[in-house]
Amino acid sequence: MSRAGFIRLLIVAVAIVGLEVACHAGLIDPITIIPPSAMAAGAWKLLISGRYTEDILLTLGSVALAAALAVAGGFGLGYGLFRLPRLRRALDPLLASYYAVPTFIFYPLFIVLFGLNRLPLVAIGFVFAVVAMAINTLTGFERVPPVLRRTARALRLSEPAALVQITMPACAPYLFTGVKLVIAYSFIGVIAGEFVLSGSGIGHEIAFAYNNFDNPTMYGLMLLLIGFVSGLNMLLFAWERRFYRRRGLT
Amino acid sequence: MAVTLDKPTRVHRRLPRSVGFDRLLLLLAMLFLWQVLTWIAGPEVITSPPATARKLAAIINAPDFLGHAYETGRAFAAALIISLLGGLVVGLALGSRRLAGEVAEPLLVALYSIPKITLYPVILLLFGLGVSAKIAFGAIHGIIPVALFAMNAVRNIRSVHLRAARAMRLTPLQIAIHVLVPATLPEIVAGFRLGFALTLLGTLIGEMFASQRGIGYMLVQAMETNDTGTIMALALLLVTIATAASWVLLRLDRGLHGNEQH
Repeated sequence: MSRAGFIRLLIVAVAIVGLEVACHAGLIDPITIIPPSAMAAGAWKLLISGRYTEDILLTLGSVALAAALAVAGGFGLGYGLFRLPRLRRALDPLLASYYAVPTFIFYPLFIVLFGLNRLPLVAIGFVFAVVAMAINTLTGFERVPPVLRRTARALRLSEPAALVQITMPACAPYLFTGVKLVIAYSFIGVIAGEFVLSGSGIGHEIAFAYNNFDNPTMYGLMLLLIGFVSGLNMLLFAWERRFYRRRGLT
Repeated sequence: MAVTLDKPTRVHRRLPRSVGFDRLLLLLAMLFLWQVLTWIAGPEVITSPPATARKLAAIINAPDFLGHAYETGRAFAAALIISLLGGLVVGLALGSRRLAGEVAEPLLVALYSIPKITLYPVILLLFGLGVSAKIAFGAIHGIIPVALFAMNAVRNIRSVHLRAARAMRLTPLQIAIHVLVPATLPEIVAGFRLGFALTLLGTLIGEMFASQRGIGYMLVQAMETNDTGTIMALALLLVTIATAASWVLLRLDRGLHGNEQH
């Protein structure tokens, strides 16, 4: 393991142990934060009890659908903006300010449009995530060195072939960043929607546990969620590393 | 072949010099699209642009709006100062130390990517109901992107600048002010643009869940009563504010670079 990786692990371990000790020593009110061991126990208990399995699957399904739509849609949008530089330049201030509006305020509107089911939540996740993918695709395409474009033309590649064989691999770091952001943002969108107005899903259960001072369940669900998102990100990161190594980039 | 070779630069040169006309065109196109959506979905689902503007004017002229806006503005200003300055200091410090940056970057990225909305109960329990929870929630949304942008920018500074600074025996503070910040200004501004939007988002979310005042509270009330007109009007207000801020920062960035056209 690299030195930086070791120090990082040490920092995380010290933080967790420190929190554990502070909780047991009574420095932190157990109504505020419970010790990490109790969080883990809470997470384990609610996993084997099966009471929350349905909620967890519902949330994960909605997030997966929203993320898949956002990756595809955001890539198309980014590519379209890349081909239309005039539109891209005019749109610039709007792209940066897009994330100032909490997308889930449109939940009531989506309910009217899609009906009282999971689709409005998927729509929130999608709308929240799609622009992150579009921005990253656009930035990636703009940073592709001109020499690669010229190579594609010299080889007389068709536009789709050049896209798949040259442009996309060349801007892979940006596309990977985009996908990671899409995952995070779809989770935020779906869970925020559940948090505010839904009757099911992880977000709703966290809010419910919070309102009932049920700290083990609340922190257990949060731990599961954060663990899941981090795990997914690490998987993507590992895949990304392997991809770069194959291209001799590390 | 030669003709195709310089095609990209020719396309660039053909872009009109002033972007203002394009922006106006885009604005009109978006308003038209919005109106078309209203026609398709019906005015009770999506209020039309003129109706939304009228509603917004009515909301702004209502006697209690100033109090709500002041409440949000106060919390947002404090959160913004923490996000921008804190993010900048953290980013510059981590960027200029190789090992520290390597240790911190994956941690920061992991923190950035967790859905912070789930941490809301923790923030509430730590800070209590009130303005400090809102500020904290705004700041945790904004500080990490600002730090990440600044850190990556500092890492890419040409080492000759840093060596020159060391040769002149500048103190760390002097290095930060005279070398790091000027060399990384475009990335810092890009980070600030994103930080501004995300801090506003965080502050509003904070108000939505645990407040009796502010624009976030107005939004959550409108959501609960399914008052589409108010939701659209407030969304319009927020988009306008955030876009204006983003545009000002963009202009500032361009101004600092002299007359460079992008």
